[in-house]
Formats: sequence, structure tokens, C-alpha cells
Amino acid sequence: MTMVYEDRGDQAPGDVPLRRIRFTINGQKKIAEVEPRLLLAHLIRRGVGLTGTHMGCDTTSCGACTVLVDGTAVKSCTMLAVQADGREITTVEGLAGPSELHPLQEGFRAEHGLQCGFCTPGMMMAAKALLDANPDPTEEDVRWALSGNLCRCTGYQNIVKSVLWAAGKLRSQAAG
Amino acid sequence: MTTHALDELKIGGLGASRKRVEDDRFIRGKGTYLDDIALPGMLHMEILRSPLAHARIASIDTSKAWDIPGVRLVLTGEMMATRNLAWMPTLSYDTQAVLATDKVRFQGQEVACVIADDPYIAKDACEAIEVEYEPLPVIVNPQQAVAPGAPVIRDDKENQPDNVIFRWEVGDKEGTDRAFERADVISRLRLHYPRSHPSPIECCGSIADFSRATGKLTVYMTTQAPHIIRAAVALVAELPEHMIRIISPDIGGGFGNKVPVYPGYVCSILASILLERPVKWIEDKTGNLISTGFARDIYLDGEMALRKDGKILAVRMHADSDHGAFYSDAQPSKFKIGLLHSTFACYDVPVAHLTATGTYSNKAPGGVAYRCSFRVTEAMFFQERMVAAAAADLGMDPAEFRRINFVRDDQFPHRTPFGFLLDSGQYAKCLDVGLKAIGYEEFRREQAEARKRGRLLGLGISTMTEPLGAGNSREFDILGIKMFDSAELKVHMTGKAILRTGARTQGQGHETTWAQIVAHELGIPADDVVVEEGDTDTAPFGMGTYASRSTPVAGAAVAMAARKVRAKARRLAAHLLEVSEEDIEWELGRFYVRSAPDRGVTITECAMAAYSNMPDGMEPGLEATAFYDPPNLTWPFAVYLVTVEVDPETGVWDVLNMVAVDDCGVRINPMIVEGQIMGGLTEAYAMASMQFITFDADGNCVGANYMDYLLPTAWETPGYELHSEVVTPSPHHPIGAKGIGECAAVGGPAAFVNAVIDAIAGTGVRNIDMPLLPDRVWEAITHRRDVSGAPPVRGDG
Amino acid sequence: MYPSRFRYEAPRTLGEAISLLRDGGEDAKVLAGGQSLVPLMKLRFASPSLLVDINNIGGLGYHRRDPDGTIRVGALCRHADLERSDLLKASQPTMAAAAPLIADPIVRNRGTLVGSLCHADPQGDWAAVILALGGSVVAEGPAGRRAIPMAGFVTGPFQNALRHDEIAVEAVIPAPAGTPAGGYLKLERRVGDFATVGVAVAIETSGGVVSRAGIALTGVGAATIGAAEAAAALTGQPLSEETIAAAARLAAAAAQPRTDHRGSAEYKRHMVGVFVRRILSRVNGSGAGAGAAGQERAA
Repeated sequence: MTMVYEDRGDQAPGDVPLRRIRFTINGQKKIAEVEPRLLLAHLIRRGVGLTGTHMGCDTTSCGACTVLVDGTAVKSCTMLAVQADGREITTVEGLAGPSELHPLQEGFRAEHGLQCGFCTPGMMMAAKALLDANPDPTEEDVRWALSGNLCRCTGYQNIVKSVLWAAGKLRSQAAG
Repeated sequence: MTTHALDELKIGGLGASRKRVEDDRFIRGKGTYLDDIALPGMLHMEILRSPLAHARIASIDTSKAWDIPGVRLVLTGEMMATRNLAWMPTLSYDTQAVLATDKVRFQGQEVACVIADDPYIAKDACEAIEVEYEPLPVIVNPQQAVAPGAPVIRDDKENQPDNVIFRWEVGDKEGTDRAFERADVISRLRLHYPRSHPSPIECCGSIADFSRATGKLTVYMTTQAPHIIRAAVALVAELPEHMIRIISPDIGGGFGNKVPVYPGYVCSILASILLERPVKWIEDKTGNLISTGFARDIYLDGEMALRKDGKILAVRMHADSDHGAFYSDAQPSKFKIGLLHSTFACYDVPVAHLTATGTYSNKAPGGVAYRCSFRVTEAMFFQERMVAAAAADLGMDPAEFRRINFVRDDQFPHRTPFGFLLDSGQYAKCLDVGLKAIGYEEFRREQAEARKRGRLLGLGISTMTEPLGAGNSREFDILGIKMFDSAELKVHMTGKAILRTGARTQGQGHETTWAQIVAHELGIPADDVVVEEGDTDTAPFGMGTYASRSTPVAGAAVAMAARKVRAKARRLAAHLLEVSEEDIEWELGRFYVRSAPDRGVTITECAMAAYSNMPDGMEPGLEATAFYDPPNLTWPFAVYLVTVEVDPETGVWDVLNMVAVDDCGVRINPMIVEGQIMGGLTEAYAMASMQFITFDADGNCVGANYMDYLLPTAWETPGYELHSEVVTPSPHHPIGAKGIGECAAVGGPAAFVNAVIDAIAGTGVRNIDMPLLPDRVWEAITHRRDVSGAPPVRGDG
Repeated sequence: MYPSRFRYEAPRTLGEAISLLRDGGEDAKVLAGGQSLVPLMKLRFASPSLLVDINNIGGLGYHRRDPDGTIRVGALCRHADLERSDLLKASQPTMAAAAPLIADPIVRNRGTLVGSLCHADPQGDWAAVILALGGSVVAEGPAGRRAIPMAGFVTGPFQNALRHDEIAVEAVIPAPAGTPAGGYLKLERRVGDFATVGVAVAIETSGGVVSRAGIALTGVGAATIGAAEAAAALTGQPLSEETIAAAARLAAAAAQPRTDHRGSAEYKRHMVGVFVRRILSRVNGSGAGAGAAGQERAA
């Protein structure tokens, strides 16, 4: 990310220490120069330009920014961008294939698992981590796995149904 | 006769649980929320907020902030004042500080802002601003506000000798007094509805983009009411209204929080004008919770006059409401305490009287309609808590007590003692459906058995009716602007269409349901209708989306616009079929000749004719705009029933079952309606169980982040059983629909509280104020006493 | 939302990390899971000048049981590792009960037990668990390693006994002499909430009597509280209604709660007693050694 400052003649432009990192995001290799204080969520949103990862709180509570880092669900507002060096990140934009939706995306649409849509990417990424580890979860498993993600619109019931819908489809795909 | 009518469900018309159009972008992460927008040359703004609740500002030194590389502008109240922007009008005929000049009046108030190349730098610079404060005594509740010798918070105002904003009354005082004299029993209840915050997951924000070259100001803004904002900006910033464009992009939830005008919007606009560059302001969660429109925060005190047989004779009520430092409630201007006087509307109460006193405090301003139609949540909560208490005082079954006092089906339209006119309803039928679904009789037996073994089971009932769809314009205006809405429908020559309204969806699914209304009225498949909202340059005027008014008002305008189009299409059809208009009949999607039903033309053929083969003298095209001023409010009704088990040893309570019976008239999209109900029930559960904002004696806000302001997760949130058997269309709405978005959040909280109170009935406890935290329930059980007021934030133990 | 500037280093060895801390002065902070530190930095409640990120140091992600039964948890062992741990389920019921109750599932993927101990939040969960277990923290600094007993590790709210150039590399839970039993109960209003009250009970039984007992409390004082008298009331006794009641009463007496928006002081004290009794009764009811009392989530 390039930054252009006012030149007032009294500031050394090299004051801001940048670090070069390499990472993979949704299968694409990237290099970025980042300030150490940059949050991973900001790297994803403003640096890479993938705005599907949302930010909804300051306290690591809402989970809207959930992404997968090396396959593990992480709140990207609570990891530094420099810590992504050498890692593989998956965001909501990486869920769908070129031609078809991921079953989670289909499930959320089929079961009305979203309203305003703001928490949805984080919900789906948390759900993906669950289904990767447990392909046949119970309703309770789903509620537990999503308990780090807040939704204000749906009351969760349809989110849970959406995830179970996706689990069913993934299982039948695996069997078929 | 054979029919060629289209199958309404197949084309996505009324009653179709059509999958949502907007989901396609949201599930891909391709929504465009405010923070997703980046404009060339865009700068970033951060706000410095007051750490103190009440203090005189001795000095503000911004010099160190200006010295930070990347800082473009530092705004203070003093600078705003030079442009007459230090204060702005509120939606309730008060004024609100944009950036503080004389005093700070609540913790979190906006004191200065910094505009920089990067938000990290803007934040650095905010920290470098040095403000010297001289602390003043603090007021945190209405009791302190009216105490003798209380400091006057609004010493900026002339003719404001104290902290009282208004005293307001409605109803018949003498008649009510007389009825109380005749009462066999008088029931009393006093309760506190704690301060709450709508708290959409997405915070507020704006990107102001002023171009000197064109003279045009474009503001992208998280607003539920873009046209109102345009007018407000025109008035506040003294810019010509036609040179202002407000664009409300995808909104990450609103719930009333995104109705008011906030200082951040104004500052970003001024900054963009001064710097001639786009300026983005994205509020953080602390800023959102500590400074933007709260809800509730009201003490309600009432009495009910009763006859021995259970008939309600009269109700008397008083409200003490805390509005924070500026009276900026977002509500129809005639009603100082919103529609609190909708209370007891579903009961046949002969006479009633309500008084209200509103006061200032050193807390954030707001008083927004958080998922409710202007204080209706408080009205229904008090109503259903009072009804439960009255039934208990009479020793009557609470369901039976409600039934004998309900407005009967044959009493509609029914005038309430406060002057509202109820449109329609089948209240007893809804109650019956609910009682059956929850297994009322069986639960009562189970409850009695359990009690013998020391287990505390409880059942709570709450019913509600809510005045939704403000206007009519006779009674409803905001700052004089009448509350109506409009829709504009353009049918293209191939029979596809674009529909625009002045409402703004925030998750309610307008893009899906408005198209369904068009499909119902015109037979154009919903998939062939694109819906646009939120851009004041293209959308027709509207008052916005809040207070469950979109379907009752904007939705009605959609139907009326479609009917205008259909009327013109009928003339085109007559022309094409070479018969007179009187000989034409309509069935879904098609006009035909009455005497020869097989001779017909489709709406698509009419559309083509409007561009290629119109009769002589007819204006070409197939478009219409309709302004809809509703003749009355719509009054949905609901019954919510909850069963709980309370652990007497810990005060922890768990929901066993929850049943919701909603009669919202005709359901346009049942799937979406059910989604709205489940969301509302969850906010009801949140308010009853954990969600509140409180303040310590120094005015420090507890609940300014998601570690203290608790929203339930999927784990705690109960499951719901929804019932849609009862459908009473609104007689005056074009398609018989009523509002629904807020019913469950309005009516739900009392069901939870009533259930817990029912579970501990043996203790003699009449009331535990929300939230029903385990310690409060335990205290009530253990000490057999009511637990009242906002939870304390500190004590000596 | 936007942390202050800091210098960032991500050394590959503990030695490098310690040198960096030594040179970095009092303002330097170690970054492990970051699930407490980064939020504080975003709110600018913490603004360290130097962050030493230890995530690239190999070999710290373990948790294991030595042949003698000692359990060791490395500095980069995540809460989620402990939540899924078969080892804890089989051999350490108090820890097994606590692991799923830390924060929320996503935070548990990154946060660490050792980091949580160092953070020394008076409402933290792990400090109570490790204190009840009589555990310690192993610190490594320029002068080598030293073990700091948990009882002396937390020196105040958000204060620990580490010197500025020391890194907590491991938590150690001593080998049990008897059969371990116990549990952790936490009253929280919703997932991710801090404890209104948390109680950790760790006992060992042999020959029908309690051979060792530890009880520690969270959320009811300015720091984690060790309820030594309550534990002493169990030691050498069989678990019975009477001994359990005595321990519950003494633990409640040891609490120093304050009234706040999570609950009244009276209630919190009461809940300490309830939780002690419930954990021990479940242990008692299920037979020696098997009991792991799980969560108690508030409505």
C-alpha cells in the first residue's frame, strides 16, 4: 500500500518502518509492504481489496472478520498483517469455485440464513472450519461452533439450518 | 371457462417464499457496504470523544495533531462555529452539539476530529490533541434531573431553567379518576425499561465527496432515511438541495440506529468541502455504542382499575424518560414520547390517562425507535407486565384475563381511549392458537407437579398490537414533513421493469418483496423486476425504513404504482384487442375480452405496444409514480408464549419452549416474514436476559463495547416455533398487509419476564426489572423482594 | 480499531527473543496468541513500543504428559488444542472442563493458556485452574530458566512476576499422587463473556480419601483467589456431604467479590459455594476420579 505524505520539509519520510510479507490469499500469491501495526483484516480489505471480510467491533467479539489462516478460523481483526507472512488465507471470496457456489453459500440462500448480510461472510467461514473438521454436525455442534460470531438479524435459527443444509449437501457430494 | 391466468406462486407473487435476490451478492462477499467504498484521493476521519460525562472545556490544543505527517485537517467546535455548524437541529425540535464548544455533556461526546491520509494516522493525531476539562456534577437519571439544585445541563439554551424537556399528557384525566373510584381492585406496577442500543453489527459512517468543479456534494451514508438526510443536510449545511446526493449503500443492519443525523456525518461533509477531497468516516463500535441513538431508558408507573369479574375499567400511567444530553428522539413530532399511548390498545379499556415527563441527563442522546414504532416497545412491555400483575392480583388465569378484556372481532374498527383507530384483528383466535401450541393446560399440570419437587417452571404470555405504518399525514410528520412514501415503476418495452422506492432496506429484503407486489398486481414475474433504493438522485421521495413502515406505506405505494400501470395497460389492451375498455377483463398477467376469453393480450404485449403501437393521442411509455398517504396505521397482532425453568439456587433460567403466533395480515413472502419474527424474538430475548447499557455515578458508560454490551450468540438463543394460521388483512392496505419487522422485538420481552415471574410465583415477587440477570432472579427468590432499577455498576459488597 | 505504532520482531529462537526483550526495555511485550493483547492495542489501552512475536519459534505448541504424570503446556499451545485434547480428557478433568469455556471457539483457535496466565486478568479462567492444580509457570530469561509457582505468579490485576526480559515458556502441572478429579464451573451471561464467577476444583483421591485438594476462584476479587482453607477442609477426608459443605462454605468465605453490572457481591459469594458443592458432588456421585464438571452457562 502506497502512502503519500505532505512534504513539510521537517519530516523524514522513512520514519514509518514497512515490512515486506508474502502470503497466499484464495490461492493467489501476493507480496505486500505493511506497517507492523496493520491488522490482517485491513490488509485483506484495503490492501488486497477483498471487502467481503467485514469488521463489526473493536473487541474481537463479533466474528464478522473471520477468515481461515492455514485452514483455521481466525478473527482477522485480531491478527497482525505481518503475522500472515508465509501463510495461506481463505476469505469468503475464496469459497465459491469459478462456476458454482459452495454448499454453504447455497445453504444460506436456501434457508434464509441472512438478512442484512454483514455477519454472513464470517458465519460462513466459521461454519466452513466446522464442516472441514466435522462433516456431520448436530444442531448443537453448529450452535457451539458459531458462538464466536454475532448476528443481529436472523436469530440464528435459519443460520443453523443453513449450515446443516450445507453439511447434508457436502456429505451427499462426498458419497456420490 | 378456461383461465389463462399465470400461477401467482410460480411467478413469485404474493405468498411465494421466493429466495432473496439480494443474497446473491451477500453470500459471495460482494455486497457494497459503506466501508467497502473507496474513492480516488479519499481521506479518513477519526473522532476524539470526551472521556468525561459533564465538564467545561477550558482549552483545546491541536498543535501536536497538526504536526503529524499525513494529517490534513483538525476540526474543533470553534472552527465549526465559524461556519455556524457547531450545533445542529435534532429531529425533535432541539439542538445538538456537532463538536463541543462550551461543555461536554456526555461521555463519548464528539470534541474534535482529524482528517488524515490513513485512519491509523488520524487516530494517532486524535491522541495528540490536548483537551483541558473542568469537571461538573453529573446527572444520570430522571430522578437526579429534577432534584432541587440539580445542575442545568443545557445552559446553552435560553428559557431552559431546569432539566425538564417536556411534560406531555393524553387521555381523559377526569373520566379515569371517576373510573378508579368505582374499582373493586386497583393493581399497581412500577418498572424500569433499561437503556438499550439497537447495535447493528455494522457501525455508522459516511463518505462525503464535494466537488468544487460541479458544485455537487455526494454523501455515501449508512442511513435508513436518505431523503430526510438530504433535506437535513440542505438545512444544516445551507447547501442547495438539488446539489446534494445521498447514497445509502448496502446497510449492515439498522434497527433504528441509522435514522438520526450524527455529528460524524456533518464533520465529514464539512471536511470534504474544505479539503475538496472525499472524506470517509467509519465509526468504531465504542463510538457507536457510546454516542449514537440509544433506545428506552424510561421509568413507567401505572395503575389499573379492575372489576371483580376481571373487566378492566381504566388505566392510569406516568412515564419518566431520560433523553440524554440532547432531545434528539427520532419520532413523529406531535408525540413527545413517541407512540407510548398505543399502550393497552388491544384491550377494551373504556378510559385512560397518560402523563410523561422527559428530562435531560449526562448520557448520550437518542431515543430512537429501536426495532419498534416509536416507544411502542415500552408501551407493550408495560401493558403486558401490568396485565400479568392484574390477573395475579385478581387470582385469575392470565390467559383468561386477556381473553375477557380483548377488543372483540366485531368491535373493529375500534377507537382506543388514547384516540387510535384499530383496523382489524382476531385476538382471541390468536391466543387460542398459541395456548394450544404451547400445550397450556398440560404445562400448568406439569408446572404444579414440578413445584412439589422444588423445580420452578414458568409460563409467560405476551400479546401485542402495534401501530405500524406512519402516517397518515394528518397526524404524522417529522419536523413538519408529512410521513408518506412513494414508488416509481417503469415497465420496459419487453415487459421487464425497474421499481424504485424512497424506503431503504437494511436486511428486510425489499429487493425481493417489492418485486413480488409488482408480480401480484401486473403478472410480471418477480424475477423480471429489478428494485432499487437508497439513491436520492434516482429514487422517488420517501421517509425511509424504520418503525415497520415500509410494507404498510412504501409497499402500498408499490401496489398503487403498479395499479396505475395496469390501468394504462388496460387502455393499450383495448386498443390491441379492438374493443372498448369496458369489455376488457383482467386476470393475472393478461387482459381478455369478456365475451371471448380466449382473445387476450399479455401484459408484455401491452408493454411493447406502449412503445410501438399506442393509440392516437395516448402518451407513450408505461410508467407510473404513486405517492401513498395511508388512511390509517396498520395494527398487526401477536401472541408470544414462553416456558422457562428457573434454577432456584443460581437464578439461571433456561427457555424450554417458545411459541409465536403472528397475525400481520397478508404475508408477501412468508419466508422473509418468519425471518423477521425470529430476529425480533432474539432481540426480545436479548433485552430480557442480558442486553443493557448502564452508567455509574460519574456518568461512565458501562456497555460501550461488546464485552460489556452483550448480544446473545447462537448458543444461548432459544429455538422458536412460529404460527401463521391467523390472517386478518388490513382493510385499508391495498394488498391487506400489515407491518411485521418489529412485532416480536416489541411483544417478546414481556413474555420472558412474565415466564420468570410466573416460575417464582410462590415468593410474592411482583417485578424484576430487565435484564433478568441470574443475580437479580436469585435475589428476588432468596430475599422475596422485587428487584428494581438499572443494575449497579459498582458497590462495596 | 487502529493500534499505535510499534516495532515488530519475530525471532526464530527463544534466545533471540530474550535478547530483543532485554534490549527493548519495560515497554516491550511478547505476542503469543494475541487474543487479549491485540484488542487492548486496538483500543489503545496498551501501546507497547516493541512486540516480540514468538509464533515463529518452533517447538512451543505442545502439551504433553511426562512419564511421571507431570503435564506441560508450551507457550504456543492454543486453547483449542486443549479443548480437543484426549490427554486432558483422560488425565486432567479440571483442565478438560475449563478448556471449552475460554472465550469463544474462534478466539480459542489462537489464544494460548500460557498467554492467558501472563495476561493476569482477574476474570481469567486458566489462572484459577492452574492455581487449583498447584501448577507453575516456567520463565526463561538471560539467566536461564526458573519455575514460578502460580500462587506467586500473578502480582495484581494484569500484573505478573515475569521480569521484562523473561518469557513464560511453559505451564507445568505437577504429577498427581492420587487419582485426579475435579472440574471448572463458570457463570457467564453468554459465550465469550468474562466470568461472573468461576470456580476451579482439583482434587486427588486415594484410598477413599482426598489426598490433595486445590480450589481457586475467578471473578470474585482483584486477582485470582486461592481458597486454601476450603481445600484444607477436604484434605485427608473422604468426600461426603459434610466435607463438601464445609469446603463450599470456606470457599465462599474466601471470595472478595464486588457488586458490578455482572452481579451483586452477595450473589457472587453465594455462587462460589454453589459451584464448589456442585463440582464436588458430581465427582462424588460419579465415583472417584471420573468427574469432570462442565460449564454452567447463564441464560
